[in-house]
Amino acid sequence: MQTEKEVTILAIESSCDETAASVVVNGRTVLSNEISSQIDIHTLYGGVVPEIASRKHTERINQVVRTALQTAGRTLDDMDAIAVTCGPGLVGALLIGVSAAKGIAFGTGKPLIGVHHIEGHISANFIADPSLEPPFLCLVVSGGHTHLVLVKDYGEYQILGRTRDDAAGEAFDKVARAIGLGYPGGPKIDKEAKKGNPHAIEFPRGRVAGSEYDFTFSGIKSAVLNYLNQKDMKGEHIVVPDVAASFQQAVVDVLVGHSMEAVENLRREGMTIRKFAIAGGVASNSALRSQMEEACAEHGLAFCCPPPILCTDNAAMIGCAAYYEYRRGRRSGYDLNAMPNLKLGESVYER
Amino acid sequence: MKILAIEASGQVCGTAVLEDDTLVADYNILYKKTHSQSLVPMMDEVKRMIDLDLETVDAIAVTKGPGSFTGIRIGAATAKGLALALNRPIIPVPTVESIAWNLCGTGSEQVICPIMDARRSQVYTGVYESNQCATAGCGRQTAWQMLTLKDQCVISIEEICSILNCIGSSVIFLGDGVPVYREKIADLMRVPYSFAPAHLSKQRAGSTAALAMQFWREKGDACLVNADDFRPDYLRLSQAERDRAAGVDTSRTVHRD
Repeated sequence: MQTEKEVTILAIESSCDETAASVVVNGRTVLSNEISSQIDIHTLYGGVVPEIASRKHTERINQVVRTALQTAGRTLDDMDAIAVTCGPGLVGALLIGVSAAKGIAFGTGKPLIGVHHIEGHISANFIADPSLEPPFLCLVVSGGHTHLVLVKDYGEYQILGRTRDDAAGEAFDKVARAIGLGYPGGPKIDKEAKKGNPHAIEFPRGRVAGSEYDFTFSGIKSAVLNYLNQKDMKGEHIVVPDVAASFQQAVVDVLVGHSMEAVENLRREGMTIRKFAIAGGVASNSALRSQMEEACAEHGLAFCCPPPILCTDNAAMIGCAAYYEYRRGRRSGYDLNAMPNLKLGESVYER
Repeated sequence: MKILAIEASGQVCGTAVLEDDTLVADYNILYKKTHSQSLVPMMDEVKRMIDLDLETVDAIAVTKGPGSFTGIRIGAATAKGLALALNRPIIPVPTVESIAWNLCGTGSEQVICPIMDARRSQVYTGVYESNQCATAGCGRQTAWQMLTLKDQCVISIEEICSILNCIGSSVIFLGDGVPVYREKIADLMRVPYSFAPAHLSKQRAGSTAALAMQFWREKGDACLVNADDFRPDYLRLSQAERDRAAGVDTSRTVHRD
């Protein structure tokens, strides 16, 4: 049997407020996964401030890359390629990773590989479950994205549904602020919801007319805001854990509901769906994880869910996605630019 | 001493290679493409054109600001990545001083005043004087040096013109702020002044390289910064930090992943 040469990739990610670098072998073995978070600074402002994020990335980038190499016990000489997230994300933030990666690639003469951030999130599942291979269904949920995707092959995605308004994580942030939990909303609501009754208040489960799988979260968010207003006008107190739990339950119901409908419909059409994966920052939400797992079990699906460290923005997932681009012969030029509005389904290499 | 310079702090994107007193390459463009698209391809072209072995580069010079926040960072992050790969230090160069260096050697009768448009009714500026000093050991030979009369700063055009009027020497203005403030300058100046010709009026990577070499000669290792620790000098806080300092409500949200 012919063994393929090991491919070692240094990956860099800076699309939002995490400066990250990782060394990944053959797309699946993570030798290091360094993340420098700026969350403390942005918390002061109630959300990510792009200019501050860009400044912090510039200050931190080299240390993060150096630590990733040291932890992996590798040097730049050992790398087969330098990979970097080029979009989507905050343009100023993306540019730091892209520029630094180009500097490293130019200085070492190693190939440069631009990586799609959302494809990275999906790829985190390949690290979490080494046996996972396409095809499978994946729900990508984060602060910027909500997509239900059929992963047909490595690098081949069919989008079944997407949000028409707020991303799921965005709704968490907005509601968290409204009920005084502050930023970042996702983990704070998750924690508070554990103390509350998820059926205390019935918030609507939004549906998009004429679309089976598209999501809408602005209705749920507005319902929460209306509820808070009414309580306020009546001079009544709200039970924060109940509001958090009920809101979270409404979002989880929609996410799980749409996902399982897709599975049933695709099977009815004759497609074999055996695996279901989740990805993105909101995939760390404990209620979503447990309820999706249950639903998958009921539908005879293997459930794949990366650990939280691979759900948040990280560079290991970028190194994984880059490996499959590398295998397909994809290489970026030194004119690689940030692509802040890159959509899932759009290729970095065909723009 | 071989210095590779990067200039991306304003409209000009440039790269240069200076070996002691020989400017081997000086490649600058002012074009609508983003620096992200232009900079490393230009460096690559220079490398191939002059058969540059990057291992022979001793230091990376880069303008550290002020200027366009994004431009400064593209230059800084590229320099940091390259310095990391080559295991070389960075020589940070103040942008305004680098622009002034375009005119170093043009005579000591006039002061040099770069002005860059900083928006918000302000300019990034400074005042410099180029003059000759005796060289050690040589009878009649002198060397050019540049004195800083006002270090780079961000102030209004009124303030800088008032400073220049106080100094009293004739002034040569340059920089991308010239077309923006040409009329204001006419109103405000009480001493003779002129504007630099096109080939000297904007950032040039060759000047950044030459000024870095000057730092090296004057200060030696003290001008070198570890690439990991290098951070730009914006001369200005971000809008959010200014608002926060002023007590303005800064609550805002941006999509997080």
